[in-house]
Amino acid sequence: MTALRYGISDTLVLAKRSLLRIPRQPDLLVGFTIQPILFVLLFVYVFGGAIKTPGFDYVDFLMPGIIVQSIVFGGFVTALGLSDDLKKGLMDRFRSLPMTRSAVLTGRTLGDVVTNIFQLVVMFTVGLLVGFNFSSSVGEVVAGVALLLLIGYAFSWVFAFIGLSSSSPEAANAYGFTILFPLTFVSSAFVPVESMPSWLQPIAEHNPFTTMVDAARALFLGIPAGNDVWLALVWTIAIIVLFAPLSAWRYQRVVTR
Amino acid sequence: MDENLTGFENLVMVGRLYHLGRGHSRERARELLSSFDLSDAADRLVRTYSGGMRRRLDLAAALVARPPVLFLDEPTTGLDIRSRIALWDAIEALVSQGTTVLLTTQYLDEADRLADRIAVIDQGLVIAEGTPEDLKTQVGGERLEIHLCDSQRGEDAVAALASIASDRPFVEDGSVLVPVAERRGTIAEAVRRLDTAGIAIDDIAVRTPTLDDVFLNLTGHAAEPEAEEAGMESR
Repeated sequence: MTALRYGISDTLVLAKRSLLRIPRQPDLLVGFTIQPILFVLLFVYVFGGAIKTPGFDYVDFLMPGIIVQSIVFGGFVTALGLSDDLKKGLMDRFRSLPMTRSAVLTGRTLGDVVTNIFQLVVMFTVGLLVGFNFSSSVGEVVAGVALLLLIGYAFSWVFAFIGLSSSSPEAANAYGFTILFPLTFVSSAFVPVESMPSWLQPIAEHNPFTTMVDAARALFLGIPAGNDVWLALVWTIAIIVLFAPLSAWRYQRVVTR
Repeated sequence: MDENLTGFENLVMVGRLYHLGRGHSRERARELLSSFDLSDAADRLVRTYSGGMRRRLDLAAALVARPPVLFLDEPTTGLDIRSRIALWDAIEALVSQGTTVLLTTQYLDEADRLADRIAVIDQGLVIAEGTPEDLKTQVGGERLEIHLCDSQRGEDAVAALASIASDRPFVEDGSVLVPVAERRGTIAEAVRRLDTAGIAIDDIAVRTPTLDDVFLNLTGHAAEPEAEEAGMESR
């Protein structure tokens, strides 16, 4: 019982720590806010006119997709932060303390949930300003927000793994943007899958990002979801179940190195 | 230390991770900041700290839980002289409060100042151990070092000074070295004798052996980066 209490308190202490750094490193805030806002503006006003989305306004089609993309990359600060902690020797300090080991990871990922909430507020505000409309029930919108936060949480673990597997913050950056970033584009996030070449369509169809974006679209736009919401939930939980232990294993390896 | 937190926040975080509780952690953080002379910088981000301040904060963080034994690995390497002295004061204060410190250092003057017991390590082996005084005694006690105006007269000086020396005086690199047992009055006596013998003195000094001499004497070479010296203090 005390172990659990300490585990929770250690997690909260370290979550607070990772949140405190955000206002103090304004360049991180740029990644959270300016960059996704620019993406929204670029896609709505530059590419939007050329992309056909039968049955939808492009803004309505785009927003769920771009929100999923930015929430997935919200966990990126975890990769940068962990790899920075390794480099600066902070991990060694943590290891010398009688704290719950896993709190180093759970604290980070919990901190990400808070920044992800902040990011959702920014994205929805921008969305509404450029003409996005919710066309579903309040309950569905709430479910959609909850799903997005869960997706963000799952990818925090993916990024924790990336951060612990990279030799430097720069390397973590390279991994994140060469592997994950293209994957978010080969999905239904920005264009309808039917508009892609026929050899690419099956890949996009089976891309978990497509499932997640389709689920968000169903919940925000009030269109029939089919199995998308359940499948998105299964994918998200599968990612957590896979990457949380992987990250914990990596963490053990890295600190005992 | 986390560069994006203040000194105070860093210490509170460490206290909380030691499970000291919120109030106690804050109290302890303030206490440590003041004893390491960091109170004025308590609310500044650590990334604005100088190297010496970081090192002191690091040491403070190690003391949050009042450890009875503390290992310090070359704590003053790369620090400027003022920060080094401030850190030395902090370490001395710790020892006087009862903490046992095991400290490794390349700086023999540091070991001399801080250590109650010293182990000299060369090429991975302990080659000598004892108090600083023990070790210095091994290379002999104090000696007079006399530079003559006319270096040809070294042997005359040796003859004139032999009876006040504790061991036979000798000439080395043009200076006359006279081992002495009793410091009091020896300089005056040596000057009188050389004056009587008509030997002019350029410079005269009492030289106390340093740990550098000990190291040179023991190893036949000066302290090298890979050759370390471990000083142990206890109370």
